[in-house]
Amino acid sequence: MSEDGRFIRQTSLSQFGAEGQRKLAHGRVLVVGLGGLGLPVASYLNAMGLGTLGLVEQDLVELHNLQRQVLYTEKDIGKPKIEVALERLKAQNNQTDFIVFDRFLTKDNAIEIIRDFDIVVDATDNFPTRYLINDTCVILGKPFVYGALHGFEGHVSVFNHAHGPTYRCLFPTQPDSESIPNCDAHGVLGVLPGIIGTLQALETVKLLTGIGEVLSGRLLLYDGLTQATNSISFKADPKNKNQTKLKPSYNFVSCPSKDTITINELMSLLKTKPQIIDVRTEAEYQSHGLKEALNIPLQQLHDELKVIDFAKPVYLICQSGQRAKMAYQELKKTQPKAVLYTVLGGMANIPLHASTN
Amino acid sequence: MNILLFGVTKDIIGSPSLSIPSTAFSRNDAPKTVGELREFLEKAYPELQNLASLAVAVNNSYAEDEKEINSFDEIALIPPVSGG
Repeated sequence: MSEDGRFIRQTSLSQFGAEGQRKLAHGRVLVVGLGGLGLPVASYLNAMGLGTLGLVEQDLVELHNLQRQVLYTEKDIGKPKIEVALERLKAQNNQTDFIVFDRFLTKDNAIEIIRDFDIVVDATDNFPTRYLINDTCVILGKPFVYGALHGFEGHVSVFNHAHGPTYRCLFPTQPDSESIPNCDAHGVLGVLPGIIGTLQALETVKLLTGIGEVLSGRLLLYDGLTQATNSISFKADPKNKNQTKLKPSYNFVSCPSKDTITINELMSLLKTKPQIIDVRTEAEYQSHGLKEALNIPLQQLHDELKVIDFAKPVYLICQSGQRAKMAYQELKKTQPKAVLYTVLGGMANIPLHASTN
Repeated sequence: MNILLFGVTKDIIGSPSLSIPSTAFSRNDAPKTVGELREFLEKAYPELQNLASLAVAVNNSYAEDEKEINSFDEIALIPPVSGG
């Protein structure tokens, strides 16, 4: 394919020009999170001709992602987001150098992953990762483009740009998981991450090419319901710029999706007599099964629907979680309104003596 | 005094902004600084005390607790938000 003219609609902008395009082509950007915010960021940077695009994500595509994560389709449900995104992004622009990290960002890998990039885009959905990205970027001296959502509201800023302030200059202390909704528990209107993620992509392009004024030292607050924006200015606190080590802990808690529950949560529900369906084989169930569960092997599920009361929540369990997910997908097709949960980790996480029937 | 609310403070207080008429205070107990306003609001809405980091802006600039305020200032309460 001839590349002549591919970027002409932006290189013809005098402020951007061939020079802007050249800078983009040399840029190395890491997008952490391929959800509602990360997908527009990755898609636009990739379309515009970014040189190297790093992607960090370990989640699978789930049905309830589709209202806002518009790169994914119904056929992608259950597949790793990073695989699906990579395939689509390659089809969009095969010239980009992709570096994929099929894992979550943790205290142990953050420095190593972020080190080789110029800019980090924080497109995550939880405080531990946001504070980890901040601290790692401060230690390594890299700017990061921040975007976050709450309901109909979005926040954008560029932290740690040159002498500019950091995330901790605005919010010094990491909130605990109880005080502020985390993990999308609060709901997000589908279009909102598209708006905020696109603003993050724009700030990234500005950082790379030097056009315009970077949103450093300012927090942009966007209200989708009123289309009102506020811009709050704030300054760097030197003590936050001098950090040299990561914190001992970032209090990572797993962020289960709304359609999954943990073994402990299930155990605490047992006295309420939940409707648990064990989708393993009969032999597996006999050797190690919950007496509270009804055993319907996955292969027979389709024929046994009458046995399940879909007016009540259904808890799907298997050995490791995989078959429960398949059962979930199958039931969702015929019972779209049913309240279904898969049990994370499955029976493998229940000690034999604690639970056998 | 007009206070714009963002993030979870909007949910805690139950509206996008809060207008406190000067008649709400007796002569000497109107908050004179950001810190005093914080105390006043935390008393009125105890859930605000749970927020580990709550930024306050006065007239669109981040303000420390010592910052003096008057009834004409526009205040904003900005907690961190996490959704993505």
